[in-house]
Amino acid sequence: MTKKFNQLAYRNLDDFVYGSSPNPVTTKSGMVIGGGTVYPEINFTLPGMDINDSTIKKAATIYSNIIDGVLKRASELYAPGVLVEYETLPDFTEHPKYGIEINRILINSMKEAAEKYGLKTAIRTTPNDLREMSRPPVMRSGKYWDTMLELFEQSVKDGSDFISIESTGGKEINDSALVKADIRKAIFALGVLGCRDMEFLWKNLVEIAGLGKDCYAAGDSACGFANTAMVLAEKGFIPHVFAAVIRVIAVPRALVAFEQGAVGPSKDCAYEGPFIKAITGCPISMEGKSAAGAHLSPIGNIAAAVADTWSNESIQQVKLLSEMAPIVGMEQLIYDCRLMNAATENGQQLIFRDFLVKSDAALDVQAYVLKPDVVMRISAELVKIQDNFLRTKIAAQLTVAELKKAINEGKVKSDKRDMKWLDKMEKQIETIPDDAIEFYNQIKSELDLDKFIPSEYGL
Amino acid sequence: MATLENVSQCVLDGDLDEIKVLVQALLDEGMDPIKIINEGLIAGMNIVAPLFKSGEMFVPEVMESADTMNEGMKIVKPLIMDADMPSKGKIIIGTVNGDLHDIGKNLLIMMMESNGYVVVDLGVDVKEEDFVAAVKKHQPEIVGMSSLLTTTMMKIDSTIKQLIKEGVRDQVKVIIGGAPVTQEFADDIGADGYSEDASTAVDLCDRMMDEICGQQAISA
Repeated sequence: MTKKFNQLAYRNLDDFVYGSSPNPVTTKSGMVIGGGTVYPEINFTLPGMDINDSTIKKAATIYSNIIDGVLKRASELYAPGVLVEYETLPDFTEHPKYGIEINRILINSMKEAAEKYGLKTAIRTTPNDLREMSRPPVMRSGKYWDTMLELFEQSVKDGSDFISIESTGGKEINDSALVKADIRKAIFALGVLGCRDMEFLWKNLVEIAGLGKDCYAAGDSACGFANTAMVLAEKGFIPHVFAAVIRVIAVPRALVAFEQGAVGPSKDCAYEGPFIKAITGCPISMEGKSAAGAHLSPIGNIAAAVADTWSNESIQQVKLLSEMAPIVGMEQLIYDCRLMNAATENGQQLIFRDFLVKSDAALDVQAYVLKPDVVMRISAELVKIQDNFLRTKIAAQLTVAELKKAINEGKVKSDKRDMKWLDKMEKQIETIPDDAIEFYNQIKSELDLDKFIPSEYGL
Repeated sequence: MATLENVSQCVLDGDLDEIKVLVQALLDEGMDPIKIINEGLIAGMNIVAPLFKSGEMFVPEVMESADTMNEGMKIVKPLIMDADMPSKGKIIIGTVNGDLHDIGKNLLIMMMESNGYVVVDLGVDVKEEDFVAAVKKHQPEIVGMSSLLTTTMMKIDSTIKQLIKEGVRDQVKVIIGGAPVTQEFADDIGADGYSEDASTAVDLCDRMMDEICGQQAISA
């Protein structure tokens, strides 16, 4: 039974703030995510090394050192709770025994930290989507599907609180759409292939989450789509306005997980999260300035405006002047969260939210589309439509219109070429029919059929 | 009357239809096809490259220019012997074993081809022995490897070791790149060069080709 979202979760823009959401999630340890407090979400990864039978012990030791270090620091800084994200490395998903072992190490260390320091923790386990290892990708069966599910299932049974993924359905078409700034193909990739895959994938993941005790299907990220666009724009490879539109057209795809039963907090790198929160009322994770160790972005502050957990994305276990990098990341996140939570306690949450927004929104179009009022305005139109593909197309049209208006009114800085690109996108979107199958038939001859298997998407 | 300047401008504008007309017109007038390539098509891309580097052109625009150049090439290529085709050099490129990231690699390929290199794309998740086999088969001057993960970057090291083991390391220059890769890492594992993005990689390859050509001139 899928959920339908046909109205916004908020009536008042002033209620759309960080730390609180209409549908909070309570973890086994008692953290209430979306219940008023913003929690830090720490993620980390190995330094450069091979993973195989002879190195897995070393990898396990490194993970053990990282988790002990970050939880100790969290306790020393009186963190109200910590969400740990264990985003696996491809080898850990391809060989689930490795992934399971590390997940257990993290869970055990979290239990020890609870006993030792009284620290509340929860873990989000995020296996890799390795289905694209087969070229063209095999999305609904096969070795990579099986190993991925095996890791999900055992992690849930072993006590993970949340499961997430950065799924890749449609990425094989989206990659070339991004470098060519081809909005029609991007809409096909996200709105047809992405949404269809999400429906299949998240139906399975929600069932798997149900195998555990108080385990929740948390949400997906269009990382390989919209964040790749953001990074390409940041390098000057594609227009920022194109990346901003891609961000918003990733929303209907992300929403599919919640229609299937995900409850949040959505993935940290899913910058489409504010739209998800506005529509579903579920808590979201976000990352910004304190994720600069992983990647740069033009949305360092505004990303926090309606966040419920605040993440560092990922950081390698390397030594910095003060401490190991994950411990540094933990400290930065805790101070960020302290500040936001102190403003809330002082009754100044809305003021603080608006500072986070104001400091970024006018400086980049990608920040502008995350303004709470813009998010609410676009989301209000998206909930009027129930077809995921049409939602994607309309999301693109609405974003182009929002950006044109904002640029014309001088509300956001723009490149002299932005208007040309917005006009180009507008014209391309106008050629897209409202029906997904009609669009597929129209665009089929432009697609590289060596790159994807239509039947893997039910086409 | 069509001119070589028109051809260059057409490449810059990315006009796929007009380029066919212009190139055909020059051929009909009896112009040497190699001159059309060097002073028209490649000359156009030589204007594009610095504009991209200075941030005045986006990748999609560069790709349109490259597609336009290739459209023109399609017309002149059949008229030229393979050996006479102008080329700066040959490079094989792949993302290493266990790594699926290919956008950066594909951008590099596009930039290299646009700048007159012959590129052999080995794809993603390329095993060490496949790099070696490709070196033996294609005899490139340069091998490019990329990795975007901390756990796959060591595959660059193992691929270089495999090239040494198979006795082909000295035949090629090795350049590497990718998010976790640094100049220090390149030095540590004995790569010949590191580049942080596609456009600087072209400069790096140009310098390497100058070096290779210089060495060949000395030994000759």
